[in-house]
Amino acid sequence: MNGQTVIETQDLTKVYWEQVAVDHLTLKIPQGEIFGFLGPNGAGKTTTLLMLLGLSEPTKGKAWVCGFDPTREPLKVKRIVGYLPENVGFYDEMNAVQNLLFISRLNGIPDEIARSRIAEILKAVDLQVDDRKKVGAYSRGMRQRLGIAEVLLKDPQLVFLDEPTLGLDPDGSHQMLELIQSLSRDKKITVFFSSHLLDQVQKISHRVGIMIKGNMVAVGRIDDLAKEKFGVGQEKYTLEEIYMKYFKEGLS
Amino acid sequence: MTGILTICRKELADHFSSARFILLFYLILMVSLVTAFMVGSGLREELRDVAKPTFVFLMLFTSPGKLFSLIQFIAFFGPLIGIVLGFDAINRERNARTLSKLASQPIYRDSIINGKFLAGAITITIMMLAIVLLISGLGLLLIGVVPGPEEVWRLLTYLVISIFYICFWLGISILFSVGFRSMATSALAAIACWIFFSFFVALGASVMADVISPVDQQAASSNPELLINHEQTRKILSLFSPMTLYSEATTIILDPLRKTTQSLLLMGPMERLSISRFQNPLPLAESMTIVFPHLISLIAITIVFFAISYAMFMRQEIRST
Repeated sequence: MNGQTVIETQDLTKVYWEQVAVDHLTLKIPQGEIFGFLGPNGAGKTTTLLMLLGLSEPTKGKAWVCGFDPTREPLKVKRIVGYLPENVGFYDEMNAVQNLLFISRLNGIPDEIARSRIAEILKAVDLQVDDRKKVGAYSRGMRQRLGIAEVLLKDPQLVFLDEPTLGLDPDGSHQMLELIQSLSRDKKITVFFSSHLLDQVQKISHRVGIMIKGNMVAVGRIDDLAKEKFGVGQEKYTLEEIYMKYFKEGLS
Repeated sequence: MTGILTICRKELADHFSSARFILLFYLILMVSLVTAFMVGSGLREELRDVAKPTFVFLMLFTSPGKLFSLIQFIAFFGPLIGIVLGFDAINRERNARTLSKLASQPIYRDSIINGKFLAGAITITIMMLAIVLLISGLGLLLIGVVPGPEEVWRLLTYLVISIFYICFWLGISILFSVGFRSMATSALAAIACWIFFSFFVALGASVMADVISPVDQQAASSNPELLINHEQTRKILSLFSPMTLYSEATTIILDPLRKTTQSLLLMGPMERLSISRFQNPLPLAESMTIVFPHLISLIAITIVFFAISYAMFMRQEIRST
């Protein structure tokens, strides 16, 4: 990691109808890092992602993504950032290549270049494509792979993955984690992902952040967090135990 | 710009391959052809003894034949085309969870709704052009009269007005697709709107006119002002319906012998006299002047409704859940 900051936020706050969804979030993420973003449902994780993407305007505070302000220059941010929403949707009546071609056209990639790139990426995510098969007939795992392929199509510097392994079988989620690791390792892509599957987060993330009720209660490497919570020499605690401790404290 | 064009291109492909569009298109095509055939064969009989008929070609579109004329048909069922093309524009993307994905691509957010409206407008244009050309062709075969330049211009004007009229309904249905999450609700709301504006406003106008300026039979015989007031109120109220605007505008445009949208009751004696005496056709520019307010209102409400849905869409939160 060369330490160049990819995501930086300062007192980022979002208020929905007087309810604080994200409360003064200050965060720095260097290039190439895999950052696991944890927290109970409704803690404000997706809201944070949407603000970083420029899809939602922060009520207060600032954010920079690869040096751009997502509120002011959303197009520049969206050009270099891939976003895989939770339960990603596709145009079910089109086949995989048509779906990918449509997205690449929206990114201004000429069709000739896009076609070879699509073939390459489909191989990378290990998705065998049959042109006669519509995406509507795809299984959960295939859809998730197609989603990753779509994110990689624009050759991003940073990817946001919302629950990338949710609903995948053990083999599928293993492959997905390998893929995420290879993105960070081989292409120096920063991965910012949220998940509830703590053992998976522990396996691949360099650092984690725990958000509860809009507050980032802890950010750091897992063993550092363990040291902080359970004392020196207690690094063997799993992320799950650490998370539960933060969770109970956060609620009380 | 690439964003709008890419989305427009995809939407066009979707429209032309969707089953409901093809069904509707064949239905309208069939009715148009039947109408043209009926009118065409009736016209031959009617014109047999007329020495020098004028603007015969336009009568293909305006003559009611045995059931209804083509312009009446489009006035009634054109809105359905607009509704079918737009009622699920935005909420389908939302339900399929593709909206947040689209919005996270490097395109302006308004390209999504603009592209969709543009694709709908192009589809409507192609459809109306096809119908008018088909009927013209069939008419040429049946009555053997070639349209003059004046008639061609009038037909073109009619085409443009019809496209705006149907686009107005496209705008309304896109508005509902932004406002309602469920596609069934937005379709029903759009159809309710259509029924209200097309049937109930005309009906309601006479009821309201009775309330606002009531007519007493005995008083009316001594004071005809009352009747005129009543008729004027009814007319103003009925102009709230885009269908009335459209029907009045297109009848004047396609029938050069018509010189006013007023009913007989509202005309002064001189006006009535001139209409019965001077049976000369109006030039197109004059016909346009008569219905100019109608045209402006029609275009204005089309833009207003699209603008409302545009503003609503731009303010909406985009979430995957």
